[in-house]
Amino acid sequence: MLRALRTNPRWVSWFYGFTPPERGIILLGHRRVYIVPTRLGWMFAGALAILLLGSVNYALALGYVLTFLLGGMGFACMVHTARNLALLSVSPGRTEPVFAGEAAQFRLHLDNPSRFDRPSILARHVASGAQLVVDAAANSVAQAMLAVPAARRGRLALGRVMLETRFPLDLFRAWSYVEPEAHCLVYPRPAHSALPPAEAQAAGGGARALAPGNDDFSGLRAYQASDSPRHIAWKTVARTGDLLTKQFSEDAAAELWLDWQHTPSRLGTEERLSLLTGWVLAAERSGASYGLRLPGAEIAPGRGEAQRAECLQALAMFDPP
Amino acid sequence: MSAPHPLAPEARLLAARDVAGLILALAIVGMPHALRAPWWLTLLTLCLYGWRAVAFAYPRALPAQWLLFLIAGAAMLGVWLAYHTIFGRVVGIVLLLLFSGLKLLETRTHRDAAAVVFLCYFLMITNFLYTQGIFEALAMCLALAVITATAVGFSAPQRALRANIHTAAMLLAHAAPAGLLLFLLFPRVQGPMWGLPQDAQSAVTGLTDTMSPGNIAQLAQSDALAFRAEFTQRIPAPRQRYWRGPALSEFDGRTWRAGLLQLADAPPGLQDGTTYRYSVLLEPHHRHWLFALESPAQRPPHANFSSDGLLLSISPIRNRLRYDMVSVADARPDPAEDPLLLRRALQLPRGYNPKARALGEEWRRAAGNETEVLARAIEFFRSSRISYTLEPPVLGHDSVDEFLFSTRAGFCEHFASAFVFLMRAAGLPARVVTGYLGGDPNPVDGILTVRQSDAHAWAEVFLSGRGWLRVDPTAAAVPARLDAGLARSVPGNVGLPLLMRPELEWLRGLRYNWEALAHQWNVWVLGYNPERQREFMSWFGMHGADWRDLATALLASMCVFAASLLAWSLRRRTRPDPVQAAWHRFCRKLGARGLARAPHEGPRDYADRAARDVPAAANAIRRIGELYILLRYGRTSAQAQLVELKRLVRSLKLA
Repeated sequence: MLRALRTNPRWVSWFYGFTPPERGIILLGHRRVYIVPTRLGWMFAGALAILLLGSVNYALALGYVLTFLLGGMGFACMVHTARNLALLSVSPGRTEPVFAGEAAQFRLHLDNPSRFDRPSILARHVASGAQLVVDAAANSVAQAMLAVPAARRGRLALGRVMLETRFPLDLFRAWSYVEPEAHCLVYPRPAHSALPPAEAQAAGGGARALAPGNDDFSGLRAYQASDSPRHIAWKTVARTGDLLTKQFSEDAAAELWLDWQHTPSRLGTEERLSLLTGWVLAAERSGASYGLRLPGAEIAPGRGEAQRAECLQALAMFDPP
Repeated sequence: MSAPHPLAPEARLLAARDVAGLILALAIVGMPHALRAPWWLTLLTLCLYGWRAVAFAYPRALPAQWLLFLIAGAAMLGVWLAYHTIFGRVVGIVLLLLFSGLKLLETRTHRDAAAVVFLCYFLMITNFLYTQGIFEALAMCLALAVITATAVGFSAPQRALRANIHTAAMLLAHAAPAGLLLFLLFPRVQGPMWGLPQDAQSAVTGLTDTMSPGNIAQLAQSDALAFRAEFTQRIPAPRQRYWRGPALSEFDGRTWRAGLLQLADAPPGLQDGTTYRYSVLLEPHHRHWLFALESPAQRPPHANFSSDGLLLSISPIRNRLRYDMVSVADARPDPAEDPLLLRRALQLPRGYNPKARALGEEWRRAAGNETEVLARAIEFFRSSRISYTLEPPVLGHDSVDEFLFSTRAGFCEHFASAFVFLMRAAGLPARVVTGYLGGDPNPVDGILTVRQSDAHAWAEVFLSGRGWLRVDPTAAAVPARLDAGLARSVPGNVGLPLLMRPELEWLRGLRYNWEALAHQWNVWVLGYNPERQREFMSWFGMHGADWRDLATALLASMCVFAASLLAWSLRRRTRPDPVQAAWHRFCRKLGARGLARAPHEGPRDYADRAARDVPAAANAIRRIGELYILLRYGRTSAQAQLVELKRLVRSLKLA
């Protein structure tokens, strides 16, 4: 029975009030907000019991007033704590790809449509323990960035996130679980090594090596973020203020193929992918035009941010045959 | 998971704002205690608070643990030297004050701060052991507001103080109805559940069961309230306002004592006289007796009559007590009396006051009967020109002789003592009766207030065939005492309580209003006991409610309150945008004609399609679409356009 409760997805979704992962905007209804007293809350209850005993024994009318006011406040605090979390909308934001070993920055939007602010909401990534306290002002959207360690390449799902609050008096702890459908693309961890030697590339498909000294100047073009600083036409920059990159005829013609076959076959799949990732980064830095060849996939040569992203994504999602 | 929980109180350090809030709260709740504590302890506690404030700017100034222990040890030694104990209520409260300073000084995280908050609650409630007036209640509300706002600041450190105060106010506002329900309906238990400490009744002023020269004069300088009486019809005349307390029959030459008391079920028989019905709200005095207008004709519940006409409660009056009474003024007393009591009322100690004894015996010889002896005695006091003073001279061994023949100045207990002595010397059974004479009717609510300053002593003489007769020798010597009260009878206002001085009429007016309020406070807040609770329940048709009925009523009403609070928290903001509301209405109108908007359709496409299908209203429909796009997506929005949109939608005819 208990096992069924834990494993049967229908039971799980009944228990938590949702079926993970949840698409779109998640509204935290009251049914999804749990609340229990904190240790301080129990201590408060103990103090109230002592106050009540004193009031009864010494027949302190104002003692009764104090005790009952505090009791009422404890009760009101419970409602306020639940209210601080309930009817909050949670939706995932865009996540930038990261390399394995880095932390994926998941962005959660906490939309507070109410007229009151909701301070001190803790967002905690259940699996990794990454956590952050945010204040959601009235009628606004607060952002929580959860830095979840990305250990392996591929598509990292956010998983379960706990939202917790103890506002306003720390006497109660209200929490809720959400599992928004959010993913982060994790590239393989780059292995830093030199680009493959020229002859290997020649065997690969007619591209010539990038050798220093072959730099016949052919013209200027607009600067791109990935251009090497060595190729910026600094003199022109100083004169006109425009960032321009010098283009070389050899560069334009050079086509570098980064091929799975060129990685040492004694290495495991992940190491070979790491090596290819390192090559992609190095090739992009060098400003060359490069292509990627994987078993069952080929990306035509190109350069720039889009090419880099396409190659890295192919490496991240590579499924060995 | 090993990372510290960022919301846990032990993980969060105090901010300057938190320390300031705690010190302010402690100052409010600690002040009444500080005024009672030894001066050096108050000073020490203030220094500890100051130290904590300074330590916020210089965190290195926070003391080490051993230093705190040293201070605590030294202070406890001081307390022991001052009180010769470190237990008991007074000492406990003083130590609580000291510990508030010590705890504050070692407060670093919000968990410590929560402990200080609890200390504040305990300091607040221990103050109520001393006093529970309206001011104390207001101070409590203020302190609660400060403490709550500070505690809200603990859990929302980044938030503006103003917002935290607003939250605290809302919490207290929501707590108030629940607190009121609990106060009214929580099943009350009467009386102490365990023994009160020995010092529980110290510092209560009031009549005692002994009387020696000077102690009533001392009591009469106190302005403290003795009791209040609310008369149903009319208030008795000032000369009838004798409130009977303990009668004292045994005299040892200096002090009068009550002696043994016998209980009687029935009141002494009374005839004729004027009947008064009233209720008394008696301040706690930790004795058994209940005061009643002479002569009481009825016995309140849980009380007995003593053989000398005093009302005795079964248990000591530890809490403010309200009881209904019937009294008959100027009644003819019962002529029968126990001979044993009469013999006691004739005893005189040997070797005291020879001159007074001789005078009494002389009256006895000269007079024909008892009545004449009494008349001579009253005449003696009337013509004696003994002065009436709140500051009587100190008397020696023969207190009555010195008072009558040498010092010739005294307060009511001197008059009463001398008169009874003379009567006994003349062979008439007599006794001293203590109690109160007078009482101030409040013009605001008509309630008679009797204070300790109205304390009085008079005499009773037994005449055979007539019974015990009240004789007030003070009134014989100083007739003004009866009708004008103490203030006008004592020359020169020497030693009178400030507010009893006649020249401060306006202040008395203010005081009457205040006291009318204080009386309601006493009746409804402080005097709310199990009986009042039953009375309250009977208003709702629940007669003779026991604790189960109360618990049921409490539970039911708390459920209603909880539901309404929950509904408040569940309420969503439903304040639709007027532009959106007009557009929805437009869509509904078209939808009713079979032209519902498709989910993918934008306002322009939809308006175009609708305009084609309903050529009659094409212009209006297109204009509505334009206005909606303008108001919804445009950079500027004018009120006139909104008005036009609303008007067009309202007047749109599709038929």
